[in-house]
Amino acid sequence: MIAIIDYGVGNIFSLYSSLKFIGADAVLTSDPEVIAKSDKIILPGVGAFGDAAAKLRETGLADVVKQEVAKGKTLLGICLGMQLLFDKSFEYGEHEGLGLIKGAVRSMEPVVPANYKVPHIGWNELHFPKDREVSPLFKYIKENDFVYFVHTFYGTDCEASTIATTEYGAELTAAVADGNVYGCQFHPEKSGEVGMKILRAFCEL
Amino acid sequence: MITKRIIPCLDVRNGRVVKGVNFQGISDVNSPVELGRYYSDNGADELVFYDITASYEERALFTDILREVASTIFIPLTVGGGINTIDDFDRVLKCGADKVSVNSGAIRNPDLIYEAAQKYGDQCVVLSVDVKRVDGEFRVFAKGGREDTGMDAIEWIKRGEANGAGEIVVNSIDTDGVKQGFDIELLRLVNDAVNVPVIASGGAGNIQHFIDLFEAIPDIDAGLAASIFHFGEVAIPDLKAELKKNGILVRTV
Repeated sequence: MIAIIDYGVGNIFSLYSSLKFIGADAVLTSDPEVIAKSDKIILPGVGAFGDAAAKLRETGLADVVKQEVAKGKTLLGICLGMQLLFDKSFEYGEHEGLGLIKGAVRSMEPVVPANYKVPHIGWNELHFPKDREVSPLFKYIKENDFVYFVHTFYGTDCEASTIATTEYGAELTAAVADGNVYGCQFHPEKSGEVGMKILRAFCEL
Repeated sequence: MITKRIIPCLDVRNGRVVKGVNFQGISDVNSPVELGRYYSDNGADELVFYDITASYEERALFTDILREVASTIFIPLTVGGGINTIDDFDRVLKCGADKVSVNSGAIRNPDLIYEAAQKYGDQCVVLSVDVKRVDGEFRVFAKGGREDTGMDAIEWIKRGEANGAGEIVVNSIDTDGVKQGFDIELLRLVNDAVNVPVIASGGAGNIQHFIDLFEAIPDIDAGLAASIFHFGEVAIPDLKAELKKNGILVRTV
């Protein structure tokens, strides 16, 4: 069973529906007991980093997620949920993340050319780093497959854990992994067939 | 690199997809769930699910239809029509919308965009604007294109962006339903005025019109259409193949 952490942010209906669609057993929950009983955890999220991080801490869910990961459970963060895995974010100030992925979340505005619109919204290609094996998360998809992005901030100083990048006038982190912790900046649940293949691969990790 | 998006718009009334000419003479076309799934399977980059009568008759969206669409379609879904309050945002987001499009609701209450952007993020708020030429000016029309607000379209769109709208859909009433091509003059003005994605709507009659749009305005983000897709006049895979052939970057499935 996959526990989708419900902490009151973002469109989790689609994520839940897409997991049902591929035949996975998923629940939306904020109950630590349900999360403890799950096989895998998905941390979704849309909106501002500071608010979401505060909510995760206030509800105690930040500790629950970290404990489960420490026990070896596989975790996938999506969009803001991926950013929350990082040590910290510089989105409107400086905020502490879960510290599960080494690095910091920063605005893309200083690195993308001035004529590029920010946020980065739309379908963009995934590139896999040449110096390492393709992540098992991507075992059913190909290099240059398209996924759907909506974001202004992105993961930086995370070269060691980067498993995919995308090009938007600059190279942006598209996905990360460190041990049993995975994160996608894009939305697999909104990325059509390619996205369903990534979720299926996650279910099989 | 990021691709140009092709977006079918499902104008819905009483749970059915409809399409009029110049917003008049509506005829029933198909089921939103069936069409949505078909488009998603055939390479649509996004869907707009729009209750065209909601703002006129003050009707709420049929949220069960929306929920059904959202649970079978795994591409971005924008919902509009009858969005007047934060509660309306909440209602459609809970039914699976990714973005919410405001039109008349923002004209009645200009704070709505700001409040929604603060609560759900800029990426969630789409400002949809119906524009028509009146006395040599581009004017904003309300209530499904029935009422001239007297407001200048470019000023209104810039104000919407400043308030937090994350995307702009520009519907040209002058070109809508006429199938003579997109309103390049208007779209260029809007695209030059803002830094958020701009979606062109109204006037597409064939594949060449999309090529013309992306060649005339290379950094416009998306083309939206309804009837040419619903009546099978243009198939999205054919459209994308032609765009690709013309050097325009698109996602092919």
